Amino acid sequence: MSAEKTAGVSGNKLARAAIYSVLIVFAVYYLLPLYVMLVNSVKPLEEIRQGNMLALPDVFTFEPWTKAWSSAQVGVQPTGLKPYFFNSILMVVPAVAISTILGALNGYVLTKWRFRGDDIVFGLILLSCFIPFQIALIPAARILGMLGIAGTTQGLVLIHVVYGLGFTTLFFRNYYAAFPTELIRAAQIDGAGFFQIFRRILLPSSAPIIVVTVIWQFTNIWNDFLFGVSFGDFDSQPMTVALNNLVSSSGGVKEYNVHFAGAILAALPTLIVYIVSGRYFVRGLMAGAVKG
Amino acid sequence: MTIRKFAALAAGTALLTLAAGSNAMAEDSVEVLHWWTSGGEAAALNVLKEDLESKGVTWQDMPVAGGGGEAAMTALRARVTAGNAPTAVQMLGFDIIDWAEQGVVANLNDVAEEEGWADVVPAALQNFSKYDGNWIASPVNVHSTNWVWINKAALDAAGGKAPESWEELVAVLDKMKENGITPLAHGGQPWQDATVFEAVVLSLGNDFYKAALNDLDPEALGSDKMKEAFDRMAKLRTYVDDNFSGRDWNLASAMVIEGTGGMQMMGDWAKGEFLKAGKKPGEDFVCIRFPGTQGSVTFNSDQFVMFQVGEDKQKAQKMMASAVMNPEFQSAFNVVKGSVPARTDVPNDAFDDCGKKGMADLAEANSSGSLFGSMAHGHGAPAAVKNAVNDVVTQHFNGELTSEEAVEELKNAVAAAQ
Amino acid sequence: MNRNRLQEIIPRLVLSPSMALILIFVYAFILYTFYLSMTDSRMLPSYGFVGFENYAKLWDLRHWWRALTNLAIFGSLYIIICSVLGLFLAILLDQKIRGEGFLRPIYLYPMALSFIVTGTAWKWFLDPGIGLENTMHQWGWASFEFAWIKDRTLAIYTVVIAAVWQSSGFVMAMFLAGLRGVDSEIIKAAQMDGASNVTIYRRIIIPMMRPVFLSAFVVLAHLAIKSYDLVIALTGGGPGQATELPATFMYSYTFTRNQMGIGASSAIIMLVMIFSIIIPYLYSELKPGRQR
Repeated sequence: MSAEKTAGVSGNKLARAAIYSVLIVFAVYYLLPLYVMLVNSVKPLEEIRQGNMLALPDVFTFEPWTKAWSSAQVGVQPTGLKPYFFNSILMVVPAVAISTILGALNGYVLTKWRFRGDDIVFGLILLSCFIPFQIALIPAARILGMLGIAGTTQGLVLIHVVYGLGFTTLFFRNYYAAFPTELIRAAQIDGAGFFQIFRRILLPSSAPIIVVTVIWQFTNIWNDFLFGVSFGDFDSQPMTVALNNLVSSSGGVKEYNVHFAGAILAALPTLIVYIVSGRYFVRGLMAGAVKG
Repeated sequence: MTIRKFAALAAGTALLTLAAGSNAMAEDSVEVLHWWTSGGEAAALNVLKEDLESKGVTWQDMPVAGGGGEAAMTALRARVTAGNAPTAVQMLGFDIIDWAEQGVVANLNDVAEEEGWADVVPAALQNFSKYDGNWIASPVNVHSTNWVWINKAALDAAGGKAPESWEELVAVLDKMKENGITPLAHGGQPWQDATVFEAVVLSLGNDFYKAALNDLDPEALGSDKMKEAFDRMAKLRTYVDDNFSGRDWNLASAMVIEGTGGMQMMGDWAKGEFLKAGKKPGEDFVCIRFPGTQGSVTFNSDQFVMFQVGEDKQKAQKMMASAVMNPEFQSAFNVVKGSVPARTDVPNDAFDDCGKKGMADLAEANSSGSLFGSMAHGHGAPAAVKNAVNDVVTQHFNGELTSEEAVEELKNAVAAAQ
Repeated sequence: MNRNRLQEIIPRLVLSPSMALILIFVYAFILYTFYLSMTDSRMLPSYGFVGFENYAKLWDLRHWWRALTNLAIFGSLYIIICSVLGLFLAILLDQKIRGEGFLRPIYLYPMALSFIVTGTAWKWFLDPGIGLENTMHQWGWASFEFAWIKDRTLAIYTVVIAAVWQSSGFVMAMFLAGLRGVDSEIIKAAQMDGASNVTIYRRIIIPMMRPVFLSAFVVLAHLAIKSYDLVIALTGGGPGQATELPATFMYSYTFTRNQMGIGASSAIIMLVMIFSIIIPYLYSELKPGRQR
């Protein structure tokens, strides 16, 4: 599964140097915003006002980071982003877990237990990936209210599970489609049931697609602002809402260094997930998500 | 991570979530939706929080910043639709009326009568604090929008006399331009363009302002005077630097503070920026009414609208309504915020010169009938009309429309949005 | 095959909660929005029926036409540049590059960040006063000009720059997965016939990427139509209305202008646009899938 079977430009040193330079130029393009954020998050505010946005700090300070984390003004009290970070965790983990499990089961049913009209069911689930979330706001609020979970973390989890199902089902369906059906037939003949087959045969070989799904869901749910701000309560607002309160407050001195530190803090979990599992991501895409 | 660990973690977190949800309701509590999240604003609001907590009421903070409250209003819509309205919501102008029409706000008549709010709140504010004759909101402050903030050194270099008419204003701006600074520090965001626009309209006469931007009279909107207003906007555009688009208002204030900009046309909240930079009114900067609008005030007022909540929360809600109207709070809050109190009987001892002038202007305008709701800040017309006006003003200011086209477009857009 | 009755029902039982959630939260909501678009709703839903009046008003608005024109410019550039750049980088990265494991996450990470996080950095970068222009001036290139974001004819292109930055790495990963899936035998055979590397890519490999192009197109097209955070973070729709897109239009009419009826009708038009792209794709994908 690695780079061995490629066409590969070989030999020509000049060509290889050119390839590397192009790749590096683009790496710079992709890194630039992160660099700007990082460099300016460790400068004192005074230096930011006068200086060059790309320059390294003259005076290095870690204070914006501690401030963003624990004492920046995001509401009536200077709590920093810390409490909201945990709100986000409490929301993201169950939402990712549930939507991944449901997606896996759906993918399993849609590929290995096919029934009349299953393509239509799949089509309907898949189309749900594409609705603009803004239209869901008012009716979803009504439903959450009827269920009595408006303004709670459970409510946010439900919403994120629903709007993640399309993607998770798609990923698992495509992955399991390539899985040999004969194995399942054989297990059936041996008397294994629906869940047994799933647990013993499919699940153990699902690691790559689970990684892709978890990365995808984690990033989307962690980064969501619209649902968080609409369906979160005073004690369940996620990190993105707090970050927004920090960076787009209407008056007062803009502490850009604190804003940047806060932004990186808010992005850290998703960044780590991407960097740590980036390799599996491409592998997982290969294994299914790209194919139809 | 193995599947089993993953599942265990998920289950554990779900349990935690449940536990967190169950102990949320304290005895007496208020949940407050607001967008005062910057240092100074939050400090001002904290005065209220501490006051309530000293009376045993827990403050549950629900801040949603962005777009001058637009994000908060979206959140509110979801909250009300879900039947889970916050206790109190910071709100402006016609939004209050719109929400009152939905029949979801509380009735504060008993508190208001007991404390005699009707006698101390200016009538123009009461139009928004009351609906159908019933009190629904506690006004916190009054901002006025037709101010100009001038760098004193730049003004001295441009003749030293604060302009009192349009012609004098143009003369000063021309002089500043010659002196090599950006005469008008301005941020190109629709609401900022509209803030300047309404001051220009007001400078063409109180009656004209009221007819055009409060009563939405099509004749006034389509009049030659309106074309004159747009021509003046076009003239002002020539004093703005090319980088103005998208600039935040406080960055424009910073230009005036640093002297790279000559003046800024902005509401009284800009004062906070000057004070925080260690500048003194009268010495380092000058605050004047927009030339030609002396004696008149366009205002906007932040109010805490009380929503219908369960009986267990009503006691705390009334306590909060009363605490907002407490003269001591009104003074403490507005000194920090740069606005003036929403009640007329608050002593002005704690305020600085600009603040005292603001209070006097408000009282004078109130008694002489020249106190008008600010169009740009939601006190002139409902949101749809306000944004329709903003659209036209912004397009014209950015050179997408000529003055003639703008007048025509304004008349049509306002009609279409009603 | 002797499945008992329970085994027969279980798969459908497993699928049904997901299906029920999606029927309510997606399709019922779409119908509801369609209904709202024919009512006189302003701040909250109200049910006075007005027929197609909102649609007539919508198409009369200069603002809406502006948003559509911008979407045409933005969408086509965004899709083309992302696909071309993604393929280009994937091909370069597939040349047995040393440090691929290092470069790949750099190209991929922007997808992990929301524009709430990177918005300030981008705004800075594009702002002539503090950003690239200022930096170049400080480095001595005095005639350098880059003030697109302040120019109402060019501002939309800055939105493209930032959007390409966010998504092209993801497209690259999709192509990379596709390239890695190419059968090495085919390439070897072509090399044996004396075909040059360029020819191999042009004639053999790139044509084989057709399904990836299609997947990428679908992903990018729906991202383009849903683009919202990006515009809000960069320009707020300005200068004037120069960068307004349908998604920002819809949000603003529904939630800040209290013209929910018009907002809903614009949402329906957006949905029609999205579905007219997705449904043919789904159809072509699912039809051959019947026999797997």
